Formats: sequence, C-alpha cells, structure tokens
Amino acid sequence: MTAALFLVLAALVVAGALMTILNRNPVASAMFLVLALVSLAGIYLLLHAEFLALVQVIVYAGAIMVLFLFVIMYLNLKTDIETGVQIALRRGVGWLLTAALGVMGFLLFRRMWGAGPPSTLVPPPDAGNTKAIGELLYTRYLFPFELTSLVLLAAIVGAIVIGQGRASGGSGR
Amino acid sequence: MSLPAGIPLPWVLGLSGVLFLIGVTGVLVRRNAIIMFMSIELMLNAANLAFVGFARSMQSLDGQIFVFFVMTVAAAEVAVGLAIIVNLFRLRETVFVDEVDLLKG
Repeated sequence: MTAALFLVLAALVVAGALMTILNRNPVASAMFLVLALVSLAGIYLLLHAEFLALVQVIVYAGAIMVLFLFVIMYLNLKTDIETGVQIALRRGVGWLLTAALGVMGFLLFRRMWGAGPPSTLVPPPDAGNTKAIGELLYTRYLFPFELTSLVLLAAIVGAIVIGQGRASGGSGR
Repeated sequence: MSLPAGIPLPWVLGLSGVLFLIGVTGVLVRRNAIIMFMSIELMLNAANLAFVGFARSMQSLDGQIFVFFVMTVAAAEVAVGLAIIVNLFRLRETVFVDEVDLLKG
C-alpha cells in the first residue's frame, strides 16, 4: 500500500517537475511546481517525516511559490518567445547534456554506489515526529539553528537593498 | 509483480536523481531567469528528498534537521534572487539570461 502510494506520488512529482520546465507560460510553470512540491510533501509523509511534510507545504507551496507568482505578475511576463536557430541550438545542447548526465547517473545507480541495502523497516507506530525534531533542534543543533536567524536577517536586508533599485534609492549613494 | 511492504531506499534515491536531472535540464534549456530559478528549487528539493530517504533508512533524525536548514537557506535564496531579478527587469526590461551579457549596467 505504502509502495503503491509512493509510486503514484513519485509520478506526480516527476510530471509536475517536467511540466514546470517545459511549459512556456511562467504562471503555469509555477502552478506545476506547486503540484510537484506538494506531492513531495506527501512522499515525506510516507517516509515518516511528518514535520518536514508540513513545513514543505507551508514554506515552499505557501511562502516561496507566492513570492514567485507575485514577482511573475509584478513583471507582467508574457509567454516566452523561444524561436531562432541559436536558441534552438542551445536547447539541443542542453538536452544532450541532460541525456549524458542521465546516463551517468543511471550507471552510478546500477552499481549501487552509496545506495546501501534497501530499507523496508516497519516504522514505530507513533504519530508525528515534531517533538523529537524540536528536541534535537534545541539541544544538539542549537547553534546552527540560531545561525539560521542570521541568514534570514541577511536575506531580508539584502532583498530590501537590492529590490530598492538605483533610481528610487538616494540612501547610500 | 508484487510491491514491497515499505519504501525501498533505491526508489527514493532514484526519484531524487530524476528530480535533480529535471532541475539541471531546466537550468540548461530555459532562458527565462525565473524558470531557471524554479529549476534550482527543484534541485534543492531533490537533495532534500535524498536526505529524508537516508534519514529513514538509518533510523536517525539528523538528516531531517539538515532538510530543515536547507529549506531555510532556500527561502533566503529565493527572496534575494527574486529581488535581483526584479532589479534586472527594471534595468533591462527583460528576464532572459542571454540578453544580459554585460557586467556593466
């Protein structure tokens, strides 16, 4: 049952991701990316990472994708124009490199490098791992956790300073 | 063909690899900076999926903590990157990366 659900969700993830990069319309791309990320949250649930599944939905599908959509609509982007020999050539080279990378990954995977023995352990029957993650986050990983606040602060300041632009500035220069 | 009881680790890693590959393709093939940015998100998510898979396989929570940190960095990266794209659009009226080939503004 779990394996069947995993296969369905994996198909949704791959389909969403493919449509994200193949669709000409940026808004549609963003919506398909939401589909992929939410399906990924389902896979996290199956893998018993309940806390991460919820964070994935809230942070990725909620915050990050809203930011993406906001920027797309702010810039008023039309459908991409992708014609011309040079662009077609570039796209061909891109797909070729992808194929090469795919073959390489497949060969690595066939040799089971780093894959280890398959795990089909029966999980403990508890509901959710939020408590355990919280304990770990506030004991062993307390310092990195506090550092992330610094990263976020730097991002806030950076985004404001960069987004301000040159024309409307006046502060600094 | 009968399905296994749990989710085998190679399945998870395979999905992670495919997702990463799609992300790489997006960066290589598309010209729209925003779509390339979404592809980078896909690659980050592929790494997250591998982390979660290994964390489950090793019965350890440390991998999930790492995913938490990766998500934090991804959120920060998206905010700054989109600010750069907005600024770029203001300067050049385009988000196509091959029309932006000069460092001087």
